[in-house]
Amino acid sequence: MELAATTLAPAESVGAAEAPTPVLRARGLSMQFPGVLALDGVDFDLNPGEVHVLFGENGAGKSTLIQILAGVHRPTEGGLEFNGQPVDLQGVHHARTLGISAVFQEFSLVPTLNVEENLFLGAEVTRHGVLDKIELHRRAEAILAELGFPLRARRRIHDLTRAEQQMVEIAKAFCTRLSVLILDEPTASLTDREAERLFVMVEQAKKRGVGIIYITHRMSEIRRIGDRITVLRDGKLVATLAVAEADDGRLLQLMTGRVISQVFPKIAYLPGAPLLEISKLTTAEHTVKDFNLTVRAGEVVGLAGLVGCGKSEVGRACFGLERVLSGRIAFDGRDVTGQSVRTMLDRGAFYLPPDRREEGLVMSRSVRENVSLPWLGTRFSHFGVLDRGAERTTVRDLARRLNLQPRNIEADLERFSGGNQQKVLLAKGLVSKVKLFILDEPTVGVDVGTRVAIYEFIRDLCESGAGILLISSDLPEILHLTNRTYVMYRGERRAELAGEEITQDRVLANFFERAQA
Amino acid sequence: MTEQIAARRPGVSVQLQRLFVRIGVLPFLLVIALIVFSSLSPRFLTSENLITVARQATYLAIVSMGQMLALLTGGFDLSVGKIIAITSVITAMTMAPLAAAHPDAVALTLTLGILAGVGAGTLVGVVNGIGVAVFNVSPFMMTLGTATISFGIALTLTSGVPVYGLPDAFGTIFNFTRIFDIPSPVYVTAGLFVVMYFLLNWTRMGRYFYAVGGNIKAARLSGISTRYYLFMAYVLCGLLAAIAGALLTARLETGEANIGASMPLDSIAACVIGGVSLRGGIGRVGNVVLGAIFIGLIQNGMDLAQIQSYLQEVVIGVLLILAVIADQLRQFVMLRLKD
Repeated sequence: MELAATTLAPAESVGAAEAPTPVLRARGLSMQFPGVLALDGVDFDLNPGEVHVLFGENGAGKSTLIQILAGVHRPTEGGLEFNGQPVDLQGVHHARTLGISAVFQEFSLVPTLNVEENLFLGAEVTRHGVLDKIELHRRAEAILAELGFPLRARRRIHDLTRAEQQMVEIAKAFCTRLSVLILDEPTASLTDREAERLFVMVEQAKKRGVGIIYITHRMSEIRRIGDRITVLRDGKLVATLAVAEADDGRLLQLMTGRVISQVFPKIAYLPGAPLLEISKLTTAEHTVKDFNLTVRAGEVVGLAGLVGCGKSEVGRACFGLERVLSGRIAFDGRDVTGQSVRTMLDRGAFYLPPDRREEGLVMSRSVRENVSLPWLGTRFSHFGVLDRGAERTTVRDLARRLNLQPRNIEADLERFSGGNQQKVLLAKGLVSKVKLFILDEPTVGVDVGTRVAIYEFIRDLCESGAGILLISSDLPEILHLTNRTYVMYRGERRAELAGEEITQDRVLANFFERAQA
Repeated sequence: MTEQIAARRPGVSVQLQRLFVRIGVLPFLLVIALIVFSSLSPRFLTSENLITVARQATYLAIVSMGQMLALLTGGFDLSVGKIIAITSVITAMTMAPLAAAHPDAVALTLTLGILAGVGAGTLVGVVNGIGVAVFNVSPFMMTLGTATISFGIALTLTSGVPVYGLPDAFGTIFNFTRIFDIPSPVYVTAGLFVVMYFLLNWTRMGRYFYAVGGNIKAARLSGISTRYYLFMAYVLCGLLAAIAGALLTARLETGEANIGASMPLDSIAACVIGGVSLRGGIGRVGNVVLGAIFIGLIQNGMDLAQIQSYLQEVVIGVLLILAVIADQLRQFVMLRLKD
């Protein structure tokens, strides 16, 4: 069921009521990347003094849109207006001179330089051609103090935590005269208190007439600071509406183009014997502290929490990828603490890493070689010589089962879309009989169709008796797929919820720091 | 009507572009080289000259196949030249006294000499492998270090003087013998090529070399012992360079510490011209051998055209850079054709 954009408040109507000149306006933006149409005729406008939220799934085109607005990419079609005047952004620097600043999720800091050197990189103050270090230091301290960030200006970026680096990025945006501020999931690695301070800054910037484009997945943040929301899906504009008109169900529906019951399959819950038992696990880096967890056969167990809460590390520790300080990990009744990936694979456990390009797939090689890679020794070779016939047959069958597009198992992975790459990654776990799947962000950056396909696979695997540990930052996924869910906060287990207890409020309440009693 | 036909059938330029994307720049370069040099010198395309090219190219081809393994895993080996040197010196120093003491035991002398020399060369590869795989030393520093060490040892052992007194049979068997008019080193190279082709395409180890170089983290998460395969890449690279060293010693009939100096760069050039990615994970052994033959062909053609050897260096350098640029262009054309 597709929801037509026309049935919703059209983009024009909201802006037209107030009729100020938008500080930034985009008309018919399209962006063609090799093989992908990332943006398809999108209109967007931003008024001075408003927070305009961009909402959509990973891969919906949000990042591409803000990259065009920040001057990183030039659109293949369409144009921009700045304060009513047509403008052709020549690059990030050009955008910055106009007062358009962006804080991306991927930081643009030089790790070997310190905070103040990064803040003024490319805009250094000089006296007679020599750096005026005293003045730079004074200004850096002033900006950090104004923003209330607890950072020392002379610390090296390399030594900062991710949250601290995020603060530097934000401070950098505030260094120049601002007219448009673009924030891409700025709270993803901030604590509640730090996030609250960011909101205050955003309010102040709004009062000064700065237009703010804000990307977030969190409904609570949208209501906290948003004025209007633009929803994108598959590179197209779905709707622009006022925050007041947008409830959670409607936003989700706009985002996915389906009602919730069509996205998430019903999974029969028939728990069996315990497969994975983690007791009192503490990792060497203290990313996980004194953690307990059980996954039974025939069960989808969720592991939720903020980025950096330690949920990924729990999964990695099960495969010897994270050093264990103390505690015990048992799989299928045997102690496997600190065992290698090879041992775990041989015993029937599969780990799906969160970043397919970074550590999941060999992008320069074919689908066939990628899928069979973990199983060459056990399934596809005799005395070191490959059985390429069996390999081809198996991979071809899997490609058909997963509906891989294009259906060419000899093409290298660079030629596939993100969704199909993710299918290949999942296929690696389907070659052999696997009892336990640890899936870390299995639907990151995929389109809705693939998302549904992956969920259906999770259902099939679970109903055929496999245990699944679903590590996810995607709240709807946790809410609608899991039978039990653990919520982590700063490496510790905060809550264990089962069945009806798994509600948005209860999960989210455990994401953040508890109010001081 | 004519427009419709034009729209349906891709033009000549598009077809050329597709061919370029599929086979790369090397076949084009080979064809151009053949045309240019055969027009410059009538002797170029004679069978005797082509056999000479084959013989000259064998040593580089063998070393390049080894170098390819290091490149596939995302590194490279700068010590291949000095591996050749130390193999040559150790082979000669083992054979010469044995030949003097037991003139009749030729077979034993040759066997022991080759084993000692190739063993010494391979040992350098083992050290490289340990440094890169176990201690995570960058391949650049590790192989530069072992190259210096090997060269130092080779010079110390010989005082910089060539080692004479090798049995005549060594040169006869491994250099002069011709079967069906083709010199024996060419057969050795062909045999090694078959082994390498099988290793890279039909064995687990070969597949893992590609995987480790393509994405070492993904390889690790697929349960592959990445250290072992990194180690093996350098060991096999050392072994192949050492075999080339032994063959070169048979050709020169002396043990020399000063040979192989241009091998590291020439072998990397042959690989890159043959389409091996410097970032690892991509490359075909057949094209690497063609790359080595191409370099041999260019050198031979320029010799015949009486271009002086210093200028030849310039030409080789220019061709290497052009090949890399052509490869970038190929990526670009590939992306454009896809749309």
